[in-house]
Amino acid sequence: MPAPLLWIVVLLLILTSVGLLVSREWRWSIALLAGQYFAAFWLVSLHWPLTMAAAKLITGWMAAAALGMTQINMNQYQTGETSWPQGRVFRLFSAGLVLLAVFAVSRSVTGWLPGANLSVVSGSLILISLGLLHLGMTANPLRVTLGLLTVLLGFETLYATVENSILVAGLLSTITLGLALAGSYLVALASAEDSA
Amino acid sequence: MTAPIVWIGLPLVLAALLFILPRERLISYLGTLFALGLAITAYWIPPGTAQRIGSISLRIEPSLSLFGRQLSLDAGDQTLLILVYGMAAFWFFGTLAAGQARQVVSLGLAVIALLVASLAVRPFLYAALLVEMAVLVSVPLLAPPGSRPGRGLLRFLIYQTFAMPFILLAGFLLSGVEAGPSDVAQVVQAGILLLLGFAFLLAVFPLNTWIPLLAEEASPYAVGFLLTMLPTFGLVLALNFIDRFSWLRDSAQLPSILQTAGILTLVTAGIWAAFQRHLGRIAAYAIIAETGVSLLAMSLPDRQIGLQILFFLFIPRALALGVWTMSISILQSRAGDLRFAALQGLARQYPLASAGVVFANLALAGTPLLAVFPVRQTLWENLAVQSLPLALWFGLASLGLWVIALRSLAVLTMFSEKTEWVSRETWPQRILLGIGLLGLFLSGIFPQWAQPLLANLPAMFDYLGK
Repeated sequence: MPAPLLWIVVLLLILTSVGLLVSREWRWSIALLAGQYFAAFWLVSLHWPLTMAAAKLITGWMAAAALGMTQINMNQYQTGETSWPQGRVFRLFSAGLVLLAVFAVSRSVTGWLPGANLSVVSGSLILISLGLLHLGMTANPLRVTLGLLTVLLGFETLYATVENSILVAGLLSTITLGLALAGSYLVALASAEDSA
Repeated sequence: MTAPIVWIGLPLVLAALLFILPRERLISYLGTLFALGLAITAYWIPPGTAQRIGSISLRIEPSLSLFGRQLSLDAGDQTLLILVYGMAAFWFFGTLAAGQARQVVSLGLAVIALLVASLAVRPFLYAALLVEMAVLVSVPLLAPPGSRPGRGLLRFLIYQTFAMPFILLAGFLLSGVEAGPSDVAQVVQAGILLLLGFAFLLAVFPLNTWIPLLAEEASPYAVGFLLTMLPTFGLVLALNFIDRFSWLRDSAQLPSILQTAGILTLVTAGIWAAFQRHLGRIAAYAIIAETGVSLLAMSLPDRQIGLQILFFLFIPRALALGVWTMSISILQSRAGDLRFAALQGLARQYPLASAGVVFANLALAGTPLLAVFPVRQTLWENLAVQSLPLALWFGLASLGLWVIALRSLAVLTMFSEKTEWVSRETWPQRILLGIGLLGLFLSGIFPQWAQPLLANLPAMFDYLGK
């Protein structure tokens, strides 16, 4: 894949992960999560065979579908935060700072991983750091799950540059699905308790 | 038949079957018998060894190929299998008194199977993936239907999930270091990632805030079970890393890092425990303190003694935590709340459960004549030889656990003179608590009884055990 296209994929990752951080409507969040997996698929396909990378994409979409199905059945459940900070400007500002830090360290991290491409490392670190930021700002089961899936996707993209075992790919996919199911379960529990 | 099918596949299948059984007591009995059966099988037919019964020769093959990788349990893992499934049988039997058999037995069996798989997978660097799967399975164990997921559970999920990427990346860097250990920068990077991974996995200070929160929100018995099993496997996984990589094994810095992490975890938990007013949180701090004790044992300069101490702690710790959390569950079912204010004077209605709370707490504080004391005393002596201030800090942490045991005793016995002694525990609860309390004293007075079982445990490591 040509380098400019790779950077477009990285830009897509920035848009989806910042969007996840800022959005309050669950439908947008699920759509952004699916978009995130689509963008990560192009980066992973640089190091993995297309079929394995596609398996990762489909697993991610299944995870998003599982979370979406749970939300559809309990659409009265709010995903907003009740605690500070809620403001979109604050979140955008934090995301900007995190992105600056990521671009500052990406080149040195690329040196740690033989064969890794700078755009792949940047994309992975963007997902990991914005996922962490997301986790630091929420105690909502759906948002925690989205944050964890984002961090995990970033790690998987990075790890794909050094490991291409089928067993590892299978286990990581199982974990992605398991995390989505655990998250759906927690969302359903919280929602049932709220409506009781 | 292969060992991974027997000790990983069958428990996973049975876990699914047990989950759909209608009666909780039946689940308890079947789960206990099955776990006991697996422990006995491991004792009787070690993986990879033939056993003759009359004209029939039984042999369980040690390895199973899966997607180009291997799951392997050999004769060196025999003791660990006996220990783990024996401990599981004990915890599952306890659900007769503590309740929640559907969660603890069926999901617990799946958790244990996945943790055993984490020890069996080759290359062992992938173990972190299986540990993470066990963590995901334990979510419904900690939050059964009808409960509300709190911050403790969410933090548990986040912190335990963070461990996996760090350990996997460290594993990759470590394999590079193994090829050419002269690259100091890579050694440092791998070391930092590995330390962070295990700090998250073992809930080392200050990454353990989720444990007291979780103990407040979730069923004490389920939390006790999970926090006995996860750290046990986490420690064995950490030892696997140390055993596998020679530069890590021979590192001069590793003992001091383990010592610092261990003493910080132990002292903070011991001191904070003394100021708690919630029985669940007290047990949680005792569990954190035990992780500190294990890290201190691993830091001892004489590695053989350290390993013996670490492994000899497994059985009395599981026994004490089992009795403690079972007792807390019984008190919770009566009082509805585990705050001191709600528990005042319950000793006259629940004498055995109250005794269980106090004696198990005292046992984990290292009180003479109780389980844990002989091993803890040995560790304390070894620390004192190494450094007196270290031994003093160790004593201070034990004192914190002692103080809270006495405070719990004071609260539970705070009744008016006219209150009558009426034991409201059910017969299964009385029997199980009675056996548990007897076990606490017997394993304190006769610690050598576990010697034949545990003496071989270090043999599972290629270098550390020699």
